[in-house]
Amino acid sequence: MIETLKKDKTVRWIILGFLALAITGNFMEAWVQNNIMFGLARGLAVLGLMVLWRTGLISFGHALYFGIGAYAVGLVDRNLGISDIFLRLIFAVGASAFVGFLLGFILRKYRGIFFAMLNLAFSMVLYGILVKVESLGSTDGFSVSQTTILGWAPENKYALFAAIVIACAIGAVLVQCYLKTALGSLTTAIRDNELRVEYLGFSVARAIHVKYVMSAGLAGASGALLAMALGQVDPDSMVNWPVSGELVFITVMAGPGSVIAPFLGGVVFEFLRTYAFELAPEAWQLIVGGTLLGIIFFLPMGLWSLLERIWKRRGVSS
Amino acid sequence: MTEVPALKVTDLCKSFSGIMAANNLNVEAADGEIIGIIGANGAGKTVFVNMITGYLKPTSGTIEFQGKDITGIEPRNATHVGVCRSFQVSQVFMTMTVEENLLTALSIAKQDGRAMLQSPRAPDLLIECERLMTLYKIVDHRNQVASTLSQGVRKLLDIAMAVVSNPKILLLDEPTSGVSVEEKFGIMDIVIQALKEQGATVLFVEHDMEIVERYVDRVLAFYQGEIICDAPPIEALRDPKVIEYVIGGDHALNTALSGGAGHA
Repeated sequence: MIETLKKDKTVRWIILGFLALAITGNFMEAWVQNNIMFGLARGLAVLGLMVLWRTGLISFGHALYFGIGAYAVGLVDRNLGISDIFLRLIFAVGASAFVGFLLGFILRKYRGIFFAMLNLAFSMVLYGILVKVESLGSTDGFSVSQTTILGWAPENKYALFAAIVIACAIGAVLVQCYLKTALGSLTTAIRDNELRVEYLGFSVARAIHVKYVMSAGLAGASGALLAMALGQVDPDSMVNWPVSGELVFITVMAGPGSVIAPFLGGVVFEFLRTYAFELAPEAWQLIVGGTLLGIIFFLPMGLWSLLERIWKRRGVSS
Repeated sequence: MTEVPALKVTDLCKSFSGIMAANNLNVEAADGEIIGIIGANGAGKTVFVNMITGYLKPTSGTIEFQGKDITGIEPRNATHVGVCRSFQVSQVFMTMTVEENLLTALSIAKQDGRAMLQSPRAPDLLIECERLMTLYKIVDHRNQVASTLSQGVRKLLDIAMAVVSNPKILLLDEPTSGVSVEEKFGIMDIVIQALKEQGATVLFVEHDMEIVERYVDRVLAFYQGEIICDAPPIEALRDPKVIEYVIGGDHALNTALSGGAGHA
C-alpha cells in the first residue's frame, strides 16, 4: 500500500490538488466556499457509487447510507453531545457500513435493475420511518451543533472547509490504493465476466459485498460531512429518493475514469445548480437535466474523459 | 492407471423436468490421461462437464476427485480442489488486455487473503504471466484488448486462464469451436503440449473427429444422455453405434479415419 502511495500519479495529483484547494479556500467568497464544500462532501458518496459502477452496478438508493451518516451525526450530537468531527465521522461511517454489511447479504445476490431498485426500496423504508417518528425530528429533522476539531471550536467555516477537503483527499487516496490491489482490480473483472471470476476460484458475491460496504461507508461519511456543513438534518434533503437521484446524476456526469472525478463532478453539480437557479428560478431543473443529456450524448464517459482528452493533447499523463 | 483414479464418476444422472440429460454415467480417468468427449448436439456432453465443474448439480450419482467426493461442489470450490475448465464461448475479461486478464486470473488463483491486498502486478505474478503467455504463444498479443483478439487467440487466453491454478483435472468445452480450420491444429498442438507438461488429466468436448483421433488417449461417445462407447479412438471411431449416432454415416467415417488414428 505504501508502495502504491509512493508510485501512483493519481495519489500525487490528489495530494497536490486537494492541498491547493485547502489553502485557496481561505480566500474564497463564502458562497463559493460553501458550494465547493457541499460538492466535495457529496463527492465521497459518489466515489462509492463509482466503485459500484465500475463493477457494473448502479444503486438508486444510496441516500439510505447518506442519511444514516447524516442522522448518526445529528443523533450523537443531540443525545451524547459529541461535536468532534473525528468522533462524528467514526459513528457515521460505522453505522452506515454496518447497515451496508447487513443489507449486503441480500443485495449481493442481485444485479442490474433489481439491485438498483432494491436499494431504492430500502432507502424509502428509512425515509418512511424518519418522517413518522417524532423523536427523530419527523419531517422537519433537527439541527446539528457546531463541529469542533480536537476540542477547538473554529470561529468561521474555513476550518470545516479544510477538514472536509482533507477527509475527501483521504477517502480518494484510500479508494485509489484499494483499486490498485488485486481485490480492487476485480471491479472490472466482475463487470466483464462474473462466471470467469467464479471459475477462477473467487466468490463474486463476497467481492461485491466488500465493495457495497465500502460504498455504504463512503456515503455515510458524505452525509455526515454535509450534515456538519449544513448544521441540519432532515429526511427530504438527506434520505428522500431525489438525493439518491442526485448522487447517480453526479456519478454519470463525472464518469468512472478516476477517483478524482466524483469530487470534480460534485463541485460542478453544485455550481451548475446555483447558476441554473439564478438563471431560471422556475425551470432550473431543465438546465441541469439538459446538461446531463449533453454529457451522455457527447461525453459518455463523463467530464473526466474531457480532461483526459485535453491532457493527452498536451502530452501530460494523468 | 493409479489405484485412486483422478476422476471417478459413478451412476451420474441429471434430469430437467423429467427429461434425462445424463443417465447413469460411469467414468474413470487416470492422472495425465487425455479424454475426448464426442456426441451430437444435445447428447449430454456439456451437461456432463457442467456437473463435474459444479455449474449444474446432479440429480443423483457421485463425482469423486482423487478419492474425495466433490458431487454438487460450488464452481469456485471445484477450482480450489483442482478441477478447472474452459468454455465453449471464451470467458475472458473483454475490456482488459491479454496481460491484465492473466494477471487478474493469477492474483485470484494465489489468493490467501493478504495476496488480494497486493498489487496484481507483483513481480512473482509478472514472471508467471510471462511464462504462461510464452507457453500458450500469446505473448505478441500482451497489450491487445481481449475484445479485439481473434477467436483462436481468445481461446488460447481462455485456456491459459483456466490453468493458472495448476489444475489436476481440466475440462475443455469445445476448445476449437469458432476457430478457423487453419488455426485448429496449431491451437490444439499448443494446448496439448502445455497441458502434458503440466501433467493434468484433460477431458475435452469436441465435434471435429480429426482433432479427436489425433490428440486423445480415450474417447467417450455420448448419445441421448448415455455413454455409448468408452474406448481408445481407433476402436471408438469404428464402433457401429458411434458411427450411427455420433459421426453420422460412411462419409464422415472415411473422413475421420483418413490417415489412421492415434498418432498424437
